[in-house]
Amino acid sequence: MRPSSKKRLAHDDGICRMQAMTRVVFTLYVAGQSPRSLQAAANLNRLGQERLGGEYDLTVIDVADDPDRAESARILTTPTLVKEAPGQPRRVTGDLSDAERVFVALGL
Amino acid sequence: MAPAPTPSRGIEKIRTEIPGFDFVGEGGLPKGRTTLIAGTAGSGKTVFATHFLAAGIETSGEPGVFATFEDEPEGIRRNMIGFGWDIQKWEAEHKWAFVDVSPDSTGPTPIVGTYDLGGLISRIEHAARKLGATRIVLDSLNALFLQVPDKTLLRIELLRLIQTLKGLGATVVFTGERTQDYGDVTRHGIEEFVADNVIILRNILVDEKRRRTLEVLKYRGTSHQRGEVPFTVTKKGIVVIPLTAQALTQTSSTVRITSGIARLDEMCSGGFFRDSIILASGATGTGKTLLVTQFIAGGVAAGERCLLFAFEESRDQLFRNAEAWGMDFAAMEKAGQLTIATQYPHAMPMEDHLVRMRELIEEVKPQRVAVDSLSALERVFTRRSFREFVISLTSTLKTKSTAGLFTSTTASLLGGGSVTENHISTLTDSIILLRYVELHGRMLRCLAVLKMRGSVHDHDIREYTIDEHGMHIGEPFRKVTGILSGNQSVVPSGLEEDGTGAEGEDAPELEEKAGTR
Repeated sequence: MRPSSKKRLAHDDGICRMQAMTRVVFTLYVAGQSPRSLQAAANLNRLGQERLGGEYDLTVIDVADDPDRAESARILTTPTLVKEAPGQPRRVTGDLSDAERVFVALGL
Repeated sequence: MAPAPTPSRGIEKIRTEIPGFDFVGEGGLPKGRTTLIAGTAGSGKTVFATHFLAAGIETSGEPGVFATFEDEPEGIRRNMIGFGWDIQKWEAEHKWAFVDVSPDSTGPTPIVGTYDLGGLISRIEHAARKLGATRIVLDSLNALFLQVPDKTLLRIELLRLIQTLKGLGATVVFTGERTQDYGDVTRHGIEEFVADNVIILRNILVDEKRRRTLEVLKYRGTSHQRGEVPFTVTKKGIVVIPLTAQALTQTSSTVRITSGIARLDEMCSGGFFRDSIILASGATGTGKTLLVTQFIAGGVAAGERCLLFAFEESRDQLFRNAEAWGMDFAAMEKAGQLTIATQYPHAMPMEDHLVRMRELIEEVKPQRVAVDSLSALERVFTRRSFREFVISLTSTLKTKSTAGLFTSTTASLLGGGSVTENHISTLTDSIILLRYVELHGRMLRCLAVLKMRGSVHDHDIREYTIDEHGMHIGEPFRKVTGILSGNQSVVPSGLEEDGTGAEGEDAPELEEKAGTR
């Protein structure tokens, strides 16, 4: 196990270095202007500044206004944050109050 | 939230157009409300839900939305084409829309804070608005429990979803999984709280046979038929088989039809009634099939269409028998006046036999139907299924004013009743007994009209013989008593003049006597 996990670590380091050059692309799906939606957006902006140094792009989609986008992205719960790039898209759901889990789950 | 349509003037229902269901639901499903279809795995929930949408599209062009939480849309399209439901075509015509909420390969989304089902609600609402959907299916919410582990949240959000859909005026059917056929309504105990109505589908083993039933457990604020009702899944979807007992009390026709035997018509004061059900009961070889053959020949001679369901003999045998008695079934079939359907009783469960028979009755539109014999079916059905079968078949015939002659084989050669009669004698209008009589070292045959609802009839027990022209009914036995009980004895001469009185006027009592043996 040990050698492989070491390898994995090295790989992750590589991604981290890439992140310094590549902007992270987020899509945040929310349902209306609810307190929970606003909270999620605020949390993401704060995390983006703190952890990514503002090197990210964010598109916010209100599923009530654009249900077709919600359908094609198969959004079930809101808020849902999708990390579109770099690497494989990953998603988390919730108002992003659990900052640690957000970054682990998104592989950032 | 938009309130549901005011229920103060009673709850309106929409016809599901699922065969038989709208009778059980007394008009269909409550309109603009939510109905939970709960059942164990394989109980037919998804077929029922799909049929609900399909029937809406096919019969009245009502568009429907299908939100799938378990199977992928492609799987549903593929599975349902077997029922003749071309979902892909309906999608192209904007009559059907999927909302795909099936789990994706990456597994549940990690939860990072508080959330709700806003995405789901918006998507379903949007799809329903786009189509103008009046019917919405959610299948099955069970899968949602994996993705939304917080039950309190789920309950709140499901209520919000349902309020939204009610606001659109749509009738919602959603499915829920049960762990056993008798027990909690659903596995998680949440779905039933967000539903106005609950329908249970069961798939149970009775006497080593599978039996599907449907039960309307709850219709909030409106009426429905109670208890478990059999149903089956056919090539065309769900067919519910309600026991339409009220059809039995329908007013009878006073028109008489011939039994095909002139003397028997006389005994029945001019023949059977047009819409009556006649049971002919007798031991093997007494001539039940002959009675059926003559009944059919009599109908054909009167220009009627006849339908014979044969469960004991092959077509060839039936043709040969008829020929031996001087009747030409082949010619009758050729003339389009006779349809013979032979089927091996073990071939399928009761519900499937019934559905097939009803389809054929619908197709042939006969004035006469004969079933030879009920006993063959009784042997393979459970007791309860058998009774349901007879009730359902008789009411089908009654609503179409069709005469029905059923035969039943008694177990013992002499006298005796049979279980069949105990089961169904109250369902039939007339009963004809065919019996053997052992007398002076010979087996004679005798016939009696035991009961004839709404008519006087001959109370004699008469001897009959069979030859190449069929059945010949002769004189009453005057010198013998106890024929029906199987211990007949010869009355000493001098007493026989009053022989009829001993049997009594009250025919059903005779049957009871026979039954107690």
